[in-house]
Amino acid sequence: MEAYISLFIKAVFVENLALAFFLGMCTFLAVSKKISTAIGLGIAVMVVQVITVPVNNVIYHTLLKEDALAWMGITGVDLSFLALLSCIGMIAALVQMLEMILDKFFPALYHALGVFLPLITVNCAILGGSLFMIERDYDFTQSVVYGVGSGFGWALAITVIAGVREKLKYSDIPKGLEGLGITFITAGLMSLGFMAFSGIQL
Amino acid sequence: MSAVMNSETKKTLTDPLVNNNPITLQVLGICSALAVTSQMSTSLIMAVALTAVTACSSAAISSIRNHIPSSIRIIVQMTIIASLVIVVDQVLKAFAYEVSKQLSVFVGLIITNCIVMGRAEAYAMKNPPMASFIDGIGNGLGYSLILIIVAFFRELFGSGKLLGIDVFTLTKDGGWYDPNGLMLLPPSAFFIIGIIIWVFRQWKPDQNEVPDFKIMDIAHGEGGHH
Repeated sequence: MEAYISLFIKAVFVENLALAFFLGMCTFLAVSKKISTAIGLGIAVMVVQVITVPVNNVIYHTLLKEDALAWMGITGVDLSFLALLSCIGMIAALVQMLEMILDKFFPALYHALGVFLPLITVNCAILGGSLFMIERDYDFTQSVVYGVGSGFGWALAITVIAGVREKLKYSDIPKGLEGLGITFITAGLMSLGFMAFSGIQL
Repeated sequence: MSAVMNSETKKTLTDPLVNNNPITLQVLGICSALAVTSQMSTSLIMAVALTAVTACSSAAISSIRNHIPSSIRIIVQMTIIASLVIVVDQVLKAFAYEVSKQLSVFVGLIITNCIVMGRAEAYAMKNPPMASFIDGIGNGLGYSLILIIVAFFRELFGSGKLLGIDVFTLTKDGGWYDPNGLMLLPPSAFFIIGIIIWVFRQWKPDQNEVPDFKIMDIAHGEGGHH
C-alpha cells in the first residue's frame, strides 16, 4: 500500500507531467486564461487519463509485449514496436466513445467537458502517461494509481497557473513579455516550486 | 527544378523561422521537446526527427487529401503520423541506441506534437504535396532553431560543454567555471523560452499580443474605453 501512495505522490508532485516533463504544454498555455475553464479541462484530462493508462496497460501486456501472445500458443513474437500506434489509436477511440457516452447519458457533464474532449486526443500528457507506463513496466494496479496521480497532477498545475494568470492581468509587464512570455516564466517558477517535493520518499 | 524555388516557395520555407515561428508565435509543439534540451546532441537528433516527420507526413497527407472523408480525417492523419514516428523510433533504436534511451518517450510523443498535426490540418489539407513538404521542412526548422538555442544555453552554462566537448573548464577539473545546476533542471527551459520570446518581440514589435483589456488611468480619466 505504501508503495502505491509513494507512486501517487511522485506522479502528482515530483514527476508532474506538465511541470517536470513539459507534457500537454500547448493546451496548458492556451487554455489557462480563466480558472473555470482550466478546472473543466483539468477534470477532463484526469478522467481520460484514468481510463486510458490502465486500458493501454492491459493491451500492452496481453497483446504487444515480447512473448505476450503465449496465451494464444504463439511464442517468439515481439510486437512492442506497435505500442505507439495502438496507444494513440486507443486514446482516440476512447475519447470518441467517452464523448458519445457523456452526450447520451450525462448531458450536463457533456456540456461542461464536451468542448475539451477533442483537444485531449492530441494532448501529449495523455499519450505521455501511457508511454511512461510502458517504459517503466508498471503492472495493472500501479498503472491505475499512476493514471489517477498523473491526471490529478496535470489538473492541479493548470488550475494553479490559471489562478496566477488571472491575477497577472493587473501587473505592469514589459511590452514584449506580455502574454506568452510571462506565462512561460510563471510556469518556470511553478516548476521550481514543485521541485521542492523531489526529496519526498514515503 | 530551379524555377520551383521561386519567392513563394522561399517564403514558405523561411517564414516559420522567425516571422511565424511555430513555438514562439503559434504556441505549438512545446509539449514533448523541452525535456530533451539539456544537451545539444539529443536536441539535434530530436530536431532532425521532428523535421523529417513533419515534412514526410505533410507530403503524404497532402497527396491523399482529396480522398480523405473529412469526418475521419483526424484518425487518418494520426495513423500516417504514428507510422512515420514508428519508423523514426526504430531507426534510432537500430543506429543510435544510447541517444534513443536518453530521448525515452519523447520520440513517441512526436505523434502528439501539435506542429505535426497543426501543419497537416492547416496547410497540407489545402496545398499540393511539394509545397506541403517544404512547409513541413520550414516549420520543422523553426522548431529546431528554438530547440537548439535553448540547448546551447542549457548545456553551456549547465555543464560547461557543447556537444559533449569541454568549452569552460569546470572547477572540479581544476578550471574556473562553476556549473549552474539549475540549467540542467526543467525550470530553466521555461525561463530561456520566455526570454527568447521577449527578444523576438522586441526585435519584431508586430508580434506583440494585443492585451485583452487595459487598466484605466484614473488620474487622467482616459483609457479603458476600448
